Amino acid sequence: MSVMTAEEREAVPLLDAKGVSKSFGTVRALSDAGLKVNAGEIVALVGANGAGKSTFVKILTGVLQPDSGNVTIRGSEVHVGSPAKARRSGLVPVYQEPSLIPDLDVRNNLRLSDTPEGPFLNWVNELGLRGLRLDDMVGHLPLATLRILDLAKALACEPDVLLLDEMTAALPTDLVERTLRVVRSQAECGRGVIFISHRFSEISQLCHRASILRDGATVGDLAVRPGVEDRVVEMMLGAGVETGAPVTGVGHVARPRGTPRLEVEGLAQGGKLSDVSFEIHPGEVLGLVALEGQGQDELFEVLSGLLRPDRGVILIDGTPVSFRHPADAIAAGFAYVPGDRAEALLMERSVHENIALPFSTHLGGWGPIRLRRERASVGETINRLQIDTRARGAVRRLSGGNQQKVTIGRWLAVGFRMLLLFDPTRGIDVRTKRQIYPLVRQLAERGASILYYTSELDEVPLVCDRVLVIFNGCVVATLAVRDANESTLVRAAYGLSPRDACGG
Amino acid sequence: MNGRVEKPRLTAAAGQLVRDHPLIPLVALLFMLSGVLELLRPGIINPFWLGNTVKFATPLAMLAACQVLTMLTAGIDLSAGAVATVSAFVVATVTPLFGVPAGVGVALGAALVVGLLNGFGVGVARVHPLIMTLGTGLVATGCLQVYQRFVIATGTEIPHFLEWLGTGRSFGIPNGLFLFVPFSILVLAGLRFTGFGRLLFAFGSNEHASRLSGARCWQVYLALYALSALIAGVTGLLYIGMIRAPSLSLANPLLLPSVAAAVIGGTSIFGGRGSYAGAVIGALILTVLGTMLTLLQMPEGARRVLFGLIILTVTALHARFTEQN
Repeated sequence: MSVMTAEEREAVPLLDAKGVSKSFGTVRALSDAGLKVNAGEIVALVGANGAGKSTFVKILTGVLQPDSGNVTIRGSEVHVGSPAKARRSGLVPVYQEPSLIPDLDVRNNLRLSDTPEGPFLNWVNELGLRGLRLDDMVGHLPLATLRILDLAKALACEPDVLLLDEMTAALPTDLVERTLRVVRSQAECGRGVIFISHRFSEISQLCHRASILRDGATVGDLAVRPGVEDRVVEMMLGAGVETGAPVTGVGHVARPRGTPRLEVEGLAQGGKLSDVSFEIHPGEVLGLVALEGQGQDELFEVLSGLLRPDRGVILIDGTPVSFRHPADAIAAGFAYVPGDRAEALLMERSVHENIALPFSTHLGGWGPIRLRRERASVGETINRLQIDTRARGAVRRLSGGNQQKVTIGRWLAVGFRMLLLFDPTRGIDVRTKRQIYPLVRQLAERGASILYYTSELDEVPLVCDRVLVIFNGCVVATLAVRDANESTLVRAAYGLSPRDACGG
Repeated sequence: MNGRVEKPRLTAAAGQLVRDHPLIPLVALLFMLSGVLELLRPGIINPFWLGNTVKFATPLAMLAACQVLTMLTAGIDLSAGAVATVSAFVVATVTPLFGVPAGVGVALGAALVVGLLNGFGVGVARVHPLIMTLGTGLVATGCLQVYQRFVIATGTEIPHFLEWLGTGRSFGIPNGLFLFVPFSILVLAGLRFTGFGRLLFAFGSNEHASRLSGARCWQVYLALYALSALIAGVTGLLYIGMIRAPSLSLANPLLLPSVAAAVIGGTSIFGGRGSYAGAVIGALILTVLGTMLTLLQMPEGARRVLFGLIILTVTALHARFTEQN
């Protein structure tokens, strides 16, 4: 790839989409979307959930046809009729969902997509993924690895424009850094990158421009400078909203005394969870921070009754318990909100049925439904969480943020003493996030204990009273929220704190 | 140009209507078939014919309930035909020996045993419902053959009230409806207004989510397949009253039509979607279709081919219309 002069770059944008519109039946998903990517440029495409981002991406990559508007690639108008055509004209996407076929090994997947093996392996190496074997079955690989493989596959095609949709969402911090470095180097070689992310820190580190989509139209195109985040958020939301003000009450909880709501001692499960002990008091939000795959999944599954621990004790209000089934955990007042919303929702069923599900699960609830009582409590939950019920007939049609509210709302309707939230804000829009933080605080104030795992460190000071950091299946640090700044958390999460008993 | 815009809009509107009220096209199809019948043989549509059609659709519709309930959880009950046969045969052979209550009791007891076995296999041993119920159905048929040798000398007697239920009419209405109407109201209300009904839909949509919300799978499957077998057992009792000639394969020919009735009625074999009202209309459609093909006086082979093709077409069209997106 020859380096072009600055004038040439300016002259011919790699990708130029103008006035793109698209309707589905009566719903207008896009009215006037546009995006320009010059050679050597990384452009962030941002927008709240439901702004039309996914539709726009699908049009750019040829999955959907626009109703009007045009897309030019390298100055010539092209009719991007299919994903294959988009790929041939130089636009290669990496989608949020892994695109490799789970029942084939890596090598056959590469063959299927005509990806050269050599460059692919180079990129895998460059991206910092170790120990990949080409005869590994794709279905057995963890999600983070699949994302990296997708990216390596896209890079091996030497695209002109690379489209990355929430590329870093499922990646552990070390891989995020490698990925961002590689993306930056791609831009330096004169390629264009469209970068879609909810994480402003990455956008401000990486991108040159941010293009903002709101309600189906492109409402702004800003150069990324320090401090531009406020402006971007403002444009996304359409009104002035303050950014990231801590929710009241955080960290003000005096060190609670008395019997903890939950005590965990020396919990171990499988190879991932080796020795975890902690306690949560009533009214406390305990944050949990860890890199991908440090045992946090197993911890939540043990506490929710899905997995049985190999060793260790769980005490509720001082009494030891053992959960053989999620029903036992629920009976003990534990409510679990898993990280993957699809795991917890009946996608084809209504909002009402999804929220009311726990009412019917135990034998006593099999009989006639007390409709009036149920309607009242579900209605109250919907109001309290401000769930958008325009698409109430099937949860599948709700936005990610509203789906998440439904999974939490289900437990508000039944009631709980201990709430286990696994990354509740993953992949949801800013507006919903700002509704979830105060909700969590409110629930704690009313006496619930909350274990809050998050993959976004900047959430910790917004919601948690204390933070637990686990690494390699062990607790490596317990910090009060005032000591938990990003750098201490990151150091601890990498196992760099003084107590690295399980290191290696 | 205008027409090109109009047409998809019309189809979309029709699609929307069908999505919201999936029963409308089924009822329309039922009327259409009856209309064709009237054209083929003018005057055939009279109260007597109507009564007969309803009478013969009743056992099919009841057996279809087994399929709807199990299909909601992405299962199926292929033992329903055999269970109905067992129940019918047992009631006819036990009654002369020990009386009517014992006959009915033993018949339903035998059905319940098969159902519990199905529930155990599906819910605890996690065998696929298709395999499990196919297996128990064959076992039940085999057991019936062995059982027949022991009772061959006793002769058969069909309880009087079953004959009344199966063949009698009151005010021109088949008596079977006295059983079927309450039964179908119970199933319809049960699916809509009980926690168990909700759970069936929930299991078909996402079993894992139901588990996370505290449902114990084995309980649900055990109850579901036991219930399905009981329904099949009761169907067998009704059917023997109607046919009045016990045999070792009495209700078996109803099995696959019961699956077809459920599917035509809009129940998804992948679970989570379906309605019993649809299956009832499905059973009526199949019965009218059967009459029509008989009237056409085609050779048996061609009749079956046509029957199969019509089921395929109806199901494909219905699935296409009701499918979201």
